[in-house]
Amino acid sequence: METLDVGGIPVEIHRAGSGPPLLYLHAEQYVEQARPHLDALAKTWTVIAPRHPGYGAAPVPADIRSVDDLAYLYLDLLDALKLDDVVLVGASLGGWIALEMCVRNRARLSKLILVSSAGVKFGGREERDFADLFYLPDVEAFPLLFADPKRHAPNYAALSGGQLEQLARERHMLAHYGWRPYLHNPGLKRWLHRVDLPTLVLWGEADGFAKPSYGRSLAAALPSAELKLIPGAAHYPGIEQSEATIRAIDAFGRT
Amino acid sequence: MKVWHFSELAYYPAWKELGAQLRNVVPSRLCDPRVAADLYHRGLDEWALCDELGLNIMVNEHHATATCIDSVCTIQMAILARETKKARLLCLGMPIGNRFDAVRVAEEYATLDVISRGRVEMGFVKGAPFEVTPANSNPADLSTRFWEAHDLILKAMTTHDGPFNWEGRYFQYRQVNVWPRPYQQPHPPVWLTVNSPESAQTGGERGYVIGSLNTGYVRTPAIYAAYRKGAASKGREATPDRFAYMAMVGVGRTKEEGYRRADQILDYSRTALRVGAQFAFPPGYQSVAATAQALKMPGYGAGVATRSITLRNGRQVDPDKATVDEFIDAGICFAGTPDMVFDQMKEFHDHVGGFGHLLMMGQGGHITHEDTVDNLTMFSKEVLPRLPELG
Repeated sequence: METLDVGGIPVEIHRAGSGPPLLYLHAEQYVEQARPHLDALAKTWTVIAPRHPGYGAAPVPADIRSVDDLAYLYLDLLDALKLDDVVLVGASLGGWIALEMCVRNRARLSKLILVSSAGVKFGGREERDFADLFYLPDVEAFPLLFADPKRHAPNYAALSGGQLEQLARERHMLAHYGWRPYLHNPGLKRWLHRVDLPTLVLWGEADGFAKPSYGRSLAAALPSAELKLIPGAAHYPGIEQSEATIRAIDAFGRT
Repeated sequence: MKVWHFSELAYYPAWKELGAQLRNVVPSRLCDPRVAADLYHRGLDEWALCDELGLNIMVNEHHATATCIDSVCTIQMAILARETKKARLLCLGMPIGNRFDAVRVAEEYATLDVISRGRVEMGFVKGAPFEVTPANSNPADLSTRFWEAHDLILKAMTTHDGPFNWEGRYFQYRQVNVWPRPYQQPHPPVWLTVNSPESAQTGGERGYVIGSLNTGYVRTPAIYAAYRKGAASKGREATPDRFAYMAMVGVGRTKEEGYRRADQILDYSRTALRVGAQFAFPPGYQSVAATAQALKMPGYGAGVATRSITLRNGRQVDPDKATVDEFIDAGICFAGTPDMVFDQMKEFHDHVGGFGHLLMMGQGGHITHEDTVDNLTMFSKEVLPRLPELG
C-alpha cells in the first residue's frame, strides 16, 4: 500500500500486477475480505485500487463529503498517474462512484464494469431500491448480502480487535457517503446517457440488497451495457465467486 | 439545590405485546389515541402540580417509541408555559443535530421563553443513538452538525438589529431574523446532556449546565472532574449550579412504600434500552473503538444487545433482574422513607463532589397517578426543605 498525494488529499493505493490498467473502486464494506479477489485480478491486470478516504487509518478530510468528491478525486488520480485506456471496475458504492466519474469525463477510460452497483434510483418514492443496511439487524441483512452467509458473512466473535475496528470504520464511512439520499444521487439517472462506453453490468444472482431486476434496469438505462448474472453470489460477487467474476471481467475487458 | 420533576410519559400499555423491542420498529396500531390522551393529560397534571410544590419541570422527546410519547418537546413546554406561574421549564432536550430547521428551533424556544415570562431553560442534546433513524439524521457527522446548529440558534436569539446571513456546512439561510426575541437576556440558560468525560469537558469549557443521566457511582466522578477541568481551562469556576444529575426517586411513608414506587418507576431503566443493536450503535455515532466493542456483545446482530448496570464494586447486573437495592447501590435510584432518600442523596452528592440540580424521575413505568402525586408531594414536603444541608 502506497500513499499518493492527489490534489492535496492523501490517497492510499494498492498497486499490483501487470497487464492493461484496471482501476478498481471498492464496495462500501468488507474491503479486506475482497483483497484475495484483487490479488487474483492482478494476475492479468495492472490493478490500481485506491482506498476511499476515511476507510483507512487516517480520518476523512473535512472537504471530502460526498460521492461527487470521490468522483473528482479519482479523475484527478487518473490524471496524476497519466493512465489511458483504463478499464474501470466499481463494486456497489464503487460502482456509484464510477458512474459519477463517467458522466463527468471518460477521456481516460475504455470500458466500464459495474459489479452490483448502487447510485441510481429507479423505483418509486415508496419503494426501496436498496435494502436498508442501517435498519436491518445483521441476521436479516447477511442473507441479503451473501448467497452463503454461513461461509462468507463476518463472524464477529472470531475477528481481531483491528478487524472489528475496520468493520466499524467501514460502516461509519458508508453512513458518511451514503446516508441521505440513501446510496444514490437523485439527479444521476437524468445524465446516464453520458456513460457512453462499453459497459458490463455484473450482478450476483442471489443479491437481495439490490435485486437482479435493479441490475436489469441499470443496464437498460445505460447507452451500451449488457447484464451478466453470477450464480452462487449475492451482493459481493468478488468475495463469493471471485473466479467467475474475473472470468467475466477478462472476457469483457480484453476484447 | 433545584429539583426538577421529569417523566418520559411511557406508553406502557403496549410494552407486554411489544416485548424485546420498544423502539424504532414498533407499529403505531398499538398506540390507542384515547389511552394516549389520558396519559398526556395525566402527565401534564403532574407537571402542573410541581408549580404548587416548589418543584421545577423537565420534559424531553423521543421518537417512534412506546417508552416515551412526547415526540415534540415544545408542545408540552407550551402548555406548561401557560398553565404554570413559578416553575422553571427545562427541556432536556431539543435534539438540534436532528432538527433540520435550526431557525425554527430558535423561534420555538424564544416564543416559549416569552410566554413563560422568562422561565425557560434551554437544553441542546445530541440525542440518543436510536433517534437518528426516525429523523433520518446522518450519525456519521452528527457532532459537527450539532455544534453548527448550536452556533446558529444562539446567534439567531441574540441578534436584534435585523436579518443576518448564514451559509454554513449544514444550514443555509440568507435572512435570519427571529421574532420574538427571548425574554431572558441575552438568552435562556443553556444545558447539555453528557455521557462521557469528553463531552463534559466541552461543557465545562463553554460554562453550560451539564446533565448526566443515570451515570451512577462508577462513571459520574470522572464526568464531573472533566467538566471542572474544562471550566478551569477557560478560567471559569465550576459552581454546583453547573451540575445536574438524573435519578429515579421513590419516596414513601415506609421503606416498603418508597421501594414499591421506585420499583415501578425503574421500569424506565428496564425498558429504555429495549432497542435493536443496529439502532443502539448507528455507524459513526460512537467512536470506531466503541462500535467495534459493541460488535462483540452477545446478541449483537441478532436483535437486542445485552445491557447492564454497574454496581459500586464494578459488578454488572442485568437491569431486568436488578433489585431496588442494586439500583440504589449503582446510584441510579434514591428510594425509601424521606430520611433514607436524603441519606442516599447525600452519599451520592458527596461521592461526585456535589451537584446543584436533581433531575428527579418522579414518574415512570406504570406507577399510578395517585402514587406519583403522593411521591412528588412527599418529596417536596419532607426531602426538598433539607437539601440546602447538602451544601
